[in-house]
Amino acid sequence: MIRVTLPAHLCKLAQVDGEVQLEVAGQATQRRVLDALESRYPMLRGTIRDHVTHKRRAFVRFFACGQDLSHEPPDALLPDAIATGAEPFMIIGAIAGG
Amino acid sequence: MSSVRVLVGTRKGAFILTSDGTRKKWDISGPHFAGWEIYHLKGSSVDPNRIYASQSSSWFGQIMQRSDDGGKSWHQPGTPAGEPTTAADGTPKGESNKFVYDTSAETGKPLTTHQWYDGTPHPWVFKRVWHLEPSLSDPDTVYAGVEDAALFRSDDGGKSWQELSGLRGHGTGAAWQPGAGGMCLHTILLDPSNSQRIVIAISSAGAFRSDDGGNTWKPINRGLHSLYIPDPTAEIGHCVHRIAMSPLRPNVLFMQKHWDVMRSDDAGDSWHEISGNLPTDFGFVIDVHAHEPETIYVVPIKSDSEHFPPDGKLRVYRSRAGGNDWQALTNGLPQSDCYVNVLRDAMALDSLDKCGVYFGTTGGQGYASADAGDS
Repeated sequence: MIRVTLPAHLCKLAQVDGEVQLEVAGQATQRRVLDALESRYPMLRGTIRDHVTHKRRAFVRFFACGQDLSHEPPDALLPDAIATGAEPFMIIGAIAGG
Repeated sequence: MSSVRVLVGTRKGAFILTSDGTRKKWDISGPHFAGWEIYHLKGSSVDPNRIYASQSSSWFGQIMQRSDDGGKSWHQPGTPAGEPTTAADGTPKGESNKFVYDTSAETGKPLTTHQWYDGTPHPWVFKRVWHLEPSLSDPDTVYAGVEDAALFRSDDGGKSWQELSGLRGHGTGAAWQPGAGGMCLHTILLDPSNSQRIVIAISSAGAFRSDDGGNTWKPINRGLHSLYIPDPTAEIGHCVHRIAMSPLRPNVLFMQKHWDVMRSDDAGDSWHEISGNLPTDFGFVIDVHAHEPETIYVVPIKSDSEHFPPDGKLRVYRSRAGGNDWQALTNGLPQSDCYVNVLRDAMALDSLDKCGVYFGTTGGQGYASADAGDS
Protein backbone atom coordinates (compact mmCIF):
# COMPACT_ATOMS: atom_id res chain seq x y z
CA MET A 1 0.00 0.00 0.00
CA ILE A 2 1.42 3.37 -1.05
CA ARG A 3 0.64 6.43 1.01
CA VAL A 4 0.23 9.76 -0.81
CA THR A 5 -0.24 13.20 0.73
CA LEU A 6 -1.98 15.94 -1.21
CA PRO A 7 -2.06 19.73 -0.89
CA ALA A 8 -5.20 21.17 0.68
CA HIS A 9 -6.84 22.30 -2.56
CA LEU A 10 -6.48 18.85 -4.09
CA CYS A 11 -7.81 17.17 -0.95
CA LYS A 12 -10.96 19.22 -1.38
CA LEU A 13 -11.29 18.30 -5.03
CA ALA A 14 -10.80 14.60 -4.28
CA GLN A 15 -13.00 14.84 -1.17
CA VAL A 16 -10.39 13.22 1.05
CA ASP A 17 -8.71 14.19 4.30
CA GLY A 18 -4.97 14.57 3.94
CA GLU A 19 -3.45 11.23 3.10
CA VAL A 20 -4.72 8.62 0.63
CA GLN A 21 -3.65 5.01 0.32
CA LEU A 22 -3.29 3.32 -3.04
CA GLU A 23 -2.66 -0.14 -4.36
CA VAL A 24 0.02 0.11 -7.05
CA ALA A 25 0.57 -2.80 -9.37
CA GLY A 26 4.21 -3.80 -9.84
CA GLN A 27 7.21 -1.91 -8.52
CA ALA A 28 6.49 1.57 -7.28
CA THR A 29 7.48 4.39 -9.62
CA GLN A 30 6.37 7.99 -9.79
CA ARG A 31 4.36 7.26 -12.95
CA ARG A 32 2.63 4.23 -11.43
CA VAL A 33 1.75 6.09 -8.26
CA LEU A 34 0.30 9.03 -10.22
CA ASP A 35 -1.53 6.67 -12.58
CA ALA A 36 -3.09 4.90 -9.60
CA LEU A 37 -3.94 8.21 -7.91
CA GLU A 38 -5.63 9.60 -11.03
CA SER A 39 -7.45 6.33 -11.65
CA ARG A 40 -8.87 6.34 -8.13
CA TYR A 41 -9.53 10.09 -8.15
CA PRO A 42 -10.08 11.15 -11.77
CA MET A 43 -11.06 14.65 -10.67
CA LEU A 44 -7.33 15.17 -10.04
CA ARG A 45 -6.41 14.53 -13.66
CA GLY A 46 -4.73 17.60 -15.10
CA THR A 47 -4.11 19.19 -11.70
CA ILE A 48 -0.77 17.52 -10.94
CA ARG A 49 0.51 16.76 -14.43
CA ASP A 50 -0.66 17.62 -17.90
CA HIS A 51 -3.47 15.49 -19.32
CA VAL A 52 -1.63 14.62 -22.49
CA THR A 53 2.12 15.02 -21.94
CA HIS A 54 2.02 13.89 -18.29
CA LYS A 55 4.55 16.63 -17.57
CA ARG A 56 4.53 17.79 -13.95
CA ARG A 57 2.86 21.18 -13.48
CA ALA A 58 5.39 23.90 -12.79
CA PHE A 59 4.19 24.79 -9.29
CA VAL A 60 3.92 21.18 -8.10
CA ARG A 61 6.78 19.18 -6.59
CA PHE A 62 7.24 15.59 -5.39
CA PHE A 63 9.11 14.75 -2.17
CA ALA A 64 9.73 11.50 -0.32
CA CYS A 65 12.06 10.39 2.48
CA GLY A 66 13.57 13.85 2.70
CA GLN A 67 14.45 13.90 -1.00
CA ASP A 68 13.18 16.09 -3.84
CA LEU A 69 12.04 13.61 -6.49
CA SER A 70 10.47 16.24 -8.76
CA HIS A 71 13.12 15.91 -11.42
CA GLU A 72 13.59 12.16 -11.23
CA PRO A 73 12.57 10.17 -14.31
CA PRO A 74 8.92 9.07 -13.96
CA ASP A 75 9.85 5.43 -14.34
CA ALA A 76 12.65 5.44 -11.74
CA LEU A 77 11.98 3.22 -8.74
CA LEU A 78 10.80 5.02 -5.63
CA PRO A 79 12.61 4.44 -2.32
CA ASP A 80 11.72 1.22 -0.49
CA ALA A 81 10.15 3.18 2.35
CA ILE A 82 7.59 4.52 -0.12
CA ALA A 83 6.97 1.13 -1.66
CA THR A 84 6.33 -0.42 1.75
CA GLY A 85 4.16 2.45 2.98
CA ALA A 86 6.57 3.37 5.76
CA GLU A 87 6.87 6.90 4.35
CA PRO A 88 4.38 8.89 2.25
CA PHE A 89 4.90 10.13 -1.29
CA MET A 90 4.33 13.86 -0.84
CA ILE A 91 2.75 16.03 -3.53
CA ILE A 92 3.36 19.65 -2.60
CA GLY A 93 2.29 22.97 -4.11
CA ALA A 94 4.71 25.91 -4.27
CA ILE A 95 4.49 28.23 -1.27
CA ALA A 96 2.20 31.20 -1.90
CA GLY A 97 2.78 34.43 -0.10
CA GLY A 98 5.94 36.26 0.80
CA MET B 1 -42.66 38.32 -7.09
CA SER B 2 -39.69 38.51 -9.39
CA SER B 3 -36.21 37.68 -8.20
CA VAL B 4 -32.65 38.34 -9.29
CA ARG B 5 -29.48 36.27 -9.10
CA VAL B 6 -26.04 37.76 -9.63
CA LEU B 7 -23.11 35.38 -10.14
CA VAL B 8 -19.80 36.81 -8.94
CA GLY B 9 -16.39 35.39 -9.79
CA THR B 10 -13.38 36.63 -7.84
CA ARG B 11 -9.77 35.66 -7.22
CA LYS B 12 -10.90 34.32 -3.83
CA GLY B 13 -13.78 32.17 -5.01
CA ALA B 14 -17.36 32.51 -6.30
CA PHE B 15 -20.33 34.18 -4.68
CA ILE B 16 -24.03 34.01 -5.50
CA LEU B 17 -26.11 37.06 -4.66
CA THR B 18 -29.88 36.80 -4.66
CA SER B 19 -32.62 39.34 -4.07
CA ASP B 20 -36.26 39.96 -4.75
CA GLY B 21 -37.36 42.36 -7.44
CA THR B 22 -36.83 45.40 -5.24
CA ARG B 23 -33.11 44.58 -5.16
CA LYS B 24 -32.69 46.34 -1.83
CA LYS B 25 -31.69 43.41 0.37
CA TRP B 26 -29.31 40.73 -0.85
CA ASP B 27 -28.52 37.25 0.37
CA ILE B 28 -24.98 36.14 -0.33
CA SER B 29 -23.74 32.56 -0.52
CA GLY B 30 -20.08 31.73 -0.80
CA PRO B 31 -17.26 31.73 -1.18
CA HIS B 32 -17.69 28.65 -3.34
CA PHE B 33 -14.35 27.07 -4.34
CA ALA B 34 -12.60 29.25 -1.75
CA GLY B 35 -9.00 30.02 -2.57
CA TRP B 36 -9.39 29.47 -6.31
CA GLU B 37 -9.70 32.05 -9.05
CA ILE B 38 -13.11 31.98 -10.69
CA TYR B 39 -12.64 33.38 -14.16
CA HIS B 40 -16.29 33.10 -15.10
CA LEU B 41 -19.58 31.52 -14.14
CA LYS B 42 -22.81 31.66 -16.06
CA GLY B 43 -26.27 30.14 -15.86
CA SER B 44 -28.22 28.55 -18.68
CA SER B 45 -31.10 30.64 -19.99
CA VAL B 46 -32.95 27.39 -20.75
CA ASP B 47 -32.52 25.97 -17.25
CA PRO B 48 -31.44 28.65 -14.74
CA ASN B 49 -30.61 25.97 -12.18
CA ARG B 50 -27.78 24.86 -14.44
CA ILE B 51 -24.68 26.97 -13.79
CA TYR B 52 -21.21 26.42 -15.22
CA ALA B 53 -18.12 27.76 -13.46
CA SER B 54 -14.49 28.03 -14.51
CA GLN B 55 -12.24 27.41 -11.52
CA SER B 56 -8.55 28.08 -12.06
CA SER B 57 -5.25 28.02 -10.23
CA SER B 58 -1.68 28.79 -11.20
CA TRP B 59 -0.74 25.69 -9.20
CA PHE B 60 -3.27 23.11 -10.25
CA GLY B 61 -4.62 24.41 -13.56
CA GLN B 62 -8.19 24.33 -14.78
CA ILE B 63 -11.20 22.78 -13.09
CA MET B 64 -14.72 22.82 -14.47
CA GLN B 65 -17.62 22.95 -12.06
CA ARG B 66 -21.33 22.54 -12.65
CA SER B 67 -24.38 23.07 -10.51
CA ASP B 68 -27.80 21.61 -11.29
CA ASP B 69 -29.59 23.28 -8.40
CA GLY B 70 -28.87 26.95 -8.82
CA GLY B 71 -25.54 26.91 -7.02
CA LYS B 72 -26.52 25.06 -3.84
CA SER B 73 -24.25 22.18 -4.74
CA TRP B 74 -21.49 21.72 -7.31
CA HIS B 75 -19.61 18.90 -8.96
CA GLN B 76 -17.02 18.35 -11.62
CA PRO B 77 -19.23 17.15 -14.48
CA GLY B 78 -17.02 14.21 -15.41
CA THR B 79 -16.96 12.93 -11.84
CA PRO B 80 -20.36 13.47 -10.21
CA ALA B 81 -20.28 13.54 -6.42
CA GLY B 82 -21.37 10.29 -4.87
CA GLU B 83 -21.02 8.29 -8.05
CA PRO B 84 -18.19 5.85 -8.80
CA THR B 85 -15.25 7.64 -10.33
CA THR B 86 -14.56 4.78 -12.69
CA ALA B 87 -16.79 3.02 -15.16
CA ALA B 88 -17.82 -0.62 -14.77
CA ASP B 89 -14.80 -1.76 -16.76
CA GLY B 90 -12.49 0.12 -14.42
CA THR B 91 -11.63 2.98 -16.76
CA PRO B 92 -11.89 6.52 -15.42
CA LYS B 93 -14.95 8.51 -16.38
CA GLY B 94 -14.58 11.62 -18.52
CA GLU B 95 -12.38 14.41 -17.29
CA SER B 96 -14.24 17.67 -17.47
CA ASN B 97 -11.07 19.76 -17.29
CA LYS B 98 -9.43 18.19 -20.33
CA PHE B 99 -9.03 20.76 -23.09
CA VAL B 100 -6.90 19.39 -25.89
CA TYR B 101 -6.31 21.37 -29.06
CA ASP B 102 -7.43 19.63 -32.22
CA THR B 103 -4.45 18.45 -34.22
CA SER B 104 -6.31 15.82 -36.21
CA ALA B 105 -5.59 15.33 -39.86
CA GLU B 106 -9.27 15.89 -40.66
CA THR B 107 -8.94 19.58 -39.91
CA GLY B 108 -6.63 19.77 -42.86
CA LYS B 109 -3.90 21.87 -41.30
CA PRO B 110 -3.16 21.30 -37.63
CA LEU B 111 -2.06 24.63 -36.25
CA THR B 112 0.91 24.42 -33.99
CA THR B 113 2.13 27.96 -33.26
CA HIS B 114 0.97 31.53 -32.76
CA GLN B 115 3.20 34.55 -32.26
CA TRP B 116 4.81 35.15 -28.91
CA TYR B 117 5.26 38.67 -27.45
CA ASP B 118 8.58 39.01 -29.26
CA GLY B 119 7.14 37.90 -32.59
CA THR B 120 8.65 34.42 -32.55
CA PRO B 121 6.50 31.32 -33.12
CA HIS B 122 5.14 29.87 -29.89
CA PRO B 123 3.27 26.60 -29.40
CA TRP B 124 -0.36 26.66 -28.32
CA VAL B 125 -0.57 25.77 -24.65
CA PHE B 126 -3.86 25.47 -22.82
CA LYS B 127 -3.91 27.58 -19.65
CA ARG B 128 -7.46 28.27 -18.53
CA VAL B 129 -11.08 28.95 -19.44
CA TRP B 130 -11.88 32.66 -19.52
CA HIS B 131 -15.51 32.56 -20.54
CA LEU B 132 -18.39 30.09 -20.53
CA GLU B 133 -21.44 30.61 -22.71
CA PRO B 134 -24.31 28.15 -22.32
CA SER B 135 -26.35 27.38 -25.43
CA LEU B 136 -29.62 29.25 -25.89
CA SER B 137 -31.50 26.01 -26.58
CA ASP B 138 -29.87 23.13 -24.68
CA PRO B 139 -28.55 23.32 -21.11
CA ASP B 140 -26.09 20.49 -21.82
CA THR B 141 -24.40 22.43 -24.60
CA VAL B 142 -21.92 25.08 -23.51
CA TYR B 143 -19.09 26.95 -25.19
CA ALA B 144 -15.76 27.75 -23.55
CA GLY B 145 -13.36 30.48 -24.59
CA VAL B 146 -9.86 29.54 -23.50
CA GLU B 147 -6.29 30.79 -23.25
CA ASP B 148 -4.28 30.22 -25.50
CA ALA B 149 -7.11 31.44 -27.67
CA ALA B 150 -9.47 28.76 -28.93
CA LEU B 151 -13.14 27.91 -28.76
CA PHE B 152 -14.34 24.63 -27.28
CA ARG B 153 -17.82 23.14 -27.02
CA SER B 154 -19.31 20.52 -24.76
CA ASP B 155 -22.52 18.74 -25.68
CA ASP B 156 -22.67 16.59 -22.54
CA GLY B 157 -23.04 19.14 -19.80
CA GLY B 158 -19.35 19.92 -19.50
CA LYS B 159 -18.12 16.32 -19.12
CA SER B 160 -15.97 16.47 -22.23
CA TRP B 161 -14.84 19.20 -24.58
CA GLN B 162 -14.07 19.40 -28.29
CA GLU B 163 -12.35 22.27 -30.03
CA LEU B 164 -14.07 24.13 -32.87
CA SER B 165 -10.77 24.19 -34.68
CA GLY B 166 -11.97 26.09 -37.72
CA LEU B 167 -11.38 29.26 -35.73
CA ARG B 168 -7.65 28.73 -35.14
CA GLY B 169 -7.30 27.18 -38.56
CA HIS B 170 -9.09 29.75 -40.70
CA GLY B 171 -5.83 31.33 -41.81
CA THR B 172 -4.73 34.12 -39.48
CA GLY B 173 -4.14 32.07 -36.33
CA ALA B 174 -0.40 31.79 -36.77
CA ALA B 175 -0.18 35.62 -36.55
CA TRP B 176 -2.21 36.06 -33.36
CA GLN B 177 -0.33 37.52 -30.40
CA PRO B 178 -1.18 37.68 -26.70
CA GLY B 179 -2.05 40.87 -24.88
CA ALA B 180 -0.63 41.62 -21.46
CA GLY B 181 -3.22 39.40 -19.79
CA GLY B 182 -2.54 36.46 -22.06
CA MET B 183 -3.99 35.36 -25.39
CA CYS B 184 -7.53 34.79 -24.24
CA LEU B 185 -10.80 34.18 -26.03
CA HIS B 186 -13.03 36.20 -23.74
CA THR B 187 -16.23 37.03 -25.64
CA ILE B 188 -18.74 34.51 -26.99
CA LEU B 189 -22.03 35.85 -28.36
CA LEU B 190 -24.74 33.48 -29.59
CA ASP B 191 -27.27 35.04 -31.94
CA PRO B 192 -30.82 34.28 -30.67
CA SER B 193 -32.26 34.87 -34.14
CA ASN B 194 -29.75 32.68 -35.99
CA SER B 195 -28.54 29.50 -34.31
CA GLN B 196 -25.66 29.23 -36.78
CA ARG B 197 -24.13 32.61 -35.95
CA ILE B 198 -21.45 32.97 -33.27
CA VAL B 199 -19.32 36.06 -32.61
CA ILE B 200 -16.16 35.78 -30.54
CA ALA B 201 -13.32 38.09 -29.58
CA ILE B 202 -9.69 37.50 -28.66
CA SER B 203 -7.09 39.71 -27.00
CA SER B 204 -5.23 40.71 -28.98
CA ALA B 205 -6.30 39.19 -32.28
CA GLY B 206 -9.68 40.88 -32.72
CA ALA B 207 -13.24 39.80 -33.46
CA PHE B 208 -14.33 36.81 -35.55
CA ARG B 209 -17.66 35.44 -36.73
CA SER B 210 -19.00 32.09 -37.79
CA ASP B 211 -22.25 31.76 -39.75
CA ASP B 212 -22.26 27.96 -39.81
CA GLY B 213 -22.36 26.98 -36.17
CA GLY B 214 -18.63 27.34 -35.58
CA ASN B 215 -17.18 25.31 -38.43
CA THR B 216 -15.74 28.19 -40.45
CA TRP B 217 -14.74 31.66 -39.37
CA LYS B 218 -13.71 35.05 -40.67
CA PRO B 219 -12.21 38.14 -39.03
CA ILE B 220 -14.70 41.01 -38.57
CA ASN B 221 -12.45 43.94 -37.78
CA ARG B 222 -13.09 46.36 -40.64
CA GLY B 223 -13.31 49.91 -39.31
CA LEU B 224 -11.17 49.24 -36.23
CA HIS B 225 -8.21 51.60 -35.95
CA SER B 226 -5.46 50.67 -33.48
CA LEU B 227 -2.47 52.99 -33.29
CA TYR B 228 -0.51 50.54 -31.14
CA ILE B 229 0.01 48.03 -33.97
CA PRO B 230 2.22 48.52 -37.02
CA ASP B 231 -0.74 48.64 -39.43
CA PRO B 232 -3.55 50.43 -37.55
CA THR B 233 -6.22 49.00 -39.86
CA ALA B 234 -4.85 45.46 -40.12
CA GLU B 235 -7.22 42.56 -40.62
CA ILE B 236 -6.24 41.13 -37.22
CA GLY B 237 -4.18 42.21 -34.20
CA HIS B 238 -6.69 44.56 -32.57
CA CYS B 239 -7.01 44.28 -28.83
CA VAL B 240 -10.76 43.90 -28.43
CA HIS B 241 -11.68 43.96 -24.75
CA ARG B 242 -15.34 43.00 -24.93
CA ILE B 243 -18.34 42.93 -27.26
CA ALA B 244 -21.99 43.19 -26.20
CA MET B 245 -25.19 42.37 -28.05
CA SER B 246 -28.83 43.03 -27.30
CA PRO B 247 -30.90 39.89 -27.92
CA LEU B 248 -33.61 42.23 -29.20
CA ARG B 249 -31.40 43.32 -32.10
CA PRO B 250 -28.54 40.87 -32.58
CA ASN B 251 -27.13 42.51 -35.69
CA VAL B 252 -26.04 45.50 -33.64
CA LEU B 253 -22.82 44.95 -31.71
CA PHE B 254 -21.07 47.26 -29.26
CA MET B 255 -17.34 46.93 -28.60
CA GLN B 256 -14.99 48.26 -25.95
CA LYS B 257 -11.59 48.10 -27.57
CA HIS B 258 -8.20 48.70 -25.95
CA TRP B 259 -8.87 52.28 -26.96
CA ASP B 260 -12.15 53.32 -28.64
CA VAL B 261 -15.76 52.35 -28.10
CA MET B 262 -17.12 50.99 -31.38
CA ARG B 263 -20.44 49.99 -32.92
CA SER B 264 -21.44 47.72 -35.76
CA ASP B 265 -24.88 47.66 -37.36
CA ASP B 266 -24.15 44.71 -39.61
CA ALA B 267 -23.09 41.92 -37.20
CA GLY B 268 -19.48 43.02 -37.27
CA ASP B 269 -18.93 43.41 -41.01
CA SER B 270 -18.02 47.05 -40.38
CA TRP B 271 -17.44 49.18 -37.30
CA HIS B 272 -17.57 52.90 -36.49
CA GLU B 273 -16.47 54.77 -33.41
CA ILE B 274 -19.03 55.97 -30.85
CA SER B 275 -16.68 57.22 -28.10
CA GLY B 276 -18.19 60.72 -28.39
CA ASN B 277 -17.90 62.75 -25.19
CA LEU B 278 -16.43 60.02 -22.95
CA PRO B 279 -13.61 61.34 -20.72
CA THR B 280 -11.45 58.49 -22.05
CA ASP B 281 -12.38 55.72 -24.41
CA PHE B 282 -10.11 53.12 -22.82
CA GLY B 283 -11.86 50.50 -20.71
CA PHE B 284 -12.85 46.87 -20.48
CA VAL B 285 -16.59 46.40 -19.88
CA ILE B 286 -19.49 47.26 -22.15
CA ASP B 287 -23.07 46.07 -21.89
CA VAL B 288 -26.54 46.74 -23.28
CA HIS B 289 -29.79 47.52 -21.47
CA ALA B 290 -32.16 44.54 -21.40
CA HIS B 291 -35.12 46.37 -22.94
CA GLU B 292 -33.61 49.39 -24.66
CA PRO B 293 -31.19 48.22 -27.35
CA GLU B 294 -29.84 51.75 -27.82
CA THR B 295 -28.94 52.13 -24.14
CA ILE B 296 -25.38 51.02 -23.41
CA TYR B 297 -22.97 51.19 -20.49
CA VAL B 298 -19.19 51.50 -20.14
CA VAL B 299 -16.79 52.27 -17.31
CA PRO B 300 -14.00 54.51 -18.67
CA ILE B 301 -10.50 53.76 -17.41
CA LYS B 302 -7.80 56.41 -17.70
CA SER B 303 -5.40 54.66 -20.06
CA ASP B 304 -3.64 51.44 -20.97
CA SER B 305 -0.82 52.34 -18.59
CA GLU B 306 -2.98 53.74 -15.77
CA HIS B 307 -5.70 51.23 -15.03
CA PHE B 308 -7.97 53.33 -12.83
CA PRO B 309 -10.86 55.74 -13.40
CA PRO B 310 -9.92 59.28 -14.56
CA ASP B 311 -9.42 61.67 -11.61
CA GLY B 312 -9.96 58.79 -9.17
CA LYS B 313 -13.73 59.06 -9.77
CA LEU B 314 -15.57 55.80 -10.39
CA ARG B 315 -18.15 56.62 -13.04
CA VAL B 316 -20.39 54.45 -15.15
CA TYR B 317 -21.24 56.15 -18.43
CA ARG B 318 -24.56 55.49 -20.12
CA SER B 319 -25.61 56.39 -23.61
CA ARG B 320 -29.29 56.25 -24.50
CA ALA B 321 -28.50 57.05 -28.12
CA GLY B 322 -26.47 54.00 -29.00
CA GLY B 323 -23.22 55.85 -28.38
CA ASN B 324 -21.52 59.23 -28.90
CA ASP B 325 -23.72 61.04 -26.39
CA TRP B 326 -22.75 59.80 -22.93
CA GLN B 327 -23.95 60.66 -19.44
CA ALA B 328 -21.90 60.10 -16.28
CA LEU B 329 -23.68 58.08 -13.57
CA THR B 330 -22.09 58.78 -10.20
CA ASN B 331 -24.83 58.57 -7.59
CA GLY B 332 -23.58 56.13 -4.94
CA LEU B 333 -20.14 55.61 -6.48
CA PRO B 334 -16.89 56.89 -4.92
CA GLN B 335 -15.95 60.23 -6.45
CA SER B 336 -12.49 60.69 -5.00
CA ASP B 337 -9.34 58.62 -4.50
CA CYS B 338 -10.74 55.55 -6.23
CA TYR B 339 -8.03 53.65 -8.08
CA VAL B 340 -9.63 50.38 -9.09
CA ASN B 341 -10.24 48.75 -12.44
CA VAL B 342 -13.41 47.12 -13.79
CA LEU B 343 -12.46 44.17 -15.93
CA ARG B 344 -14.17 42.74 -18.98
CA ASP B 345 -16.64 40.24 -17.55
CA ALA B 346 -17.26 42.26 -14.40
CA MET B 347 -20.53 43.90 -15.47
CA ALA B 348 -23.98 42.38 -15.86
CA LEU B 349 -27.50 43.67 -16.38
CA ASP B 350 -30.75 42.03 -15.34
CA SER B 351 -33.99 41.91 -17.31
CA LEU B 352 -36.48 43.24 -14.78
CA ASP B 353 -38.81 46.07 -15.82
CA LYS B 354 -36.44 48.59 -14.34
CA CYS B 355 -33.16 47.21 -15.56
CA GLY B 356 -30.58 46.42 -12.89
CA VAL B 357 -26.92 47.18 -13.49
CA TYR B 358 -24.15 45.37 -11.59
CA PHE B 359 -20.38 45.62 -11.69
CA GLY B 360 -17.40 44.61 -9.63
CA THR B 361 -13.95 46.11 -9.21
CA THR B 362 -10.44 44.82 -8.84
CA GLY B 363 -10.64 46.16 -5.28
CA GLY B 364 -13.27 43.58 -4.46
CA GLN B 365 -16.26 45.93 -4.29
CA GLY B 366 -19.53 45.09 -5.98
CA TYR B 367 -22.04 47.79 -6.96
CA ALA B 368 -25.69 47.36 -7.84
CA SER B 369 -28.23 49.72 -9.34
CA ALA B 370 -31.93 48.88 -9.45
CA ASP B 371 -32.80 51.86 -11.64
CA ALA B 372 -30.76 51.43 -14.82
CA GLY B 373 -27.74 53.14 -13.29
CA ASP B 374 -29.39 56.32 -11.99
CA SER B 375 -28.39 55.39 -8.43
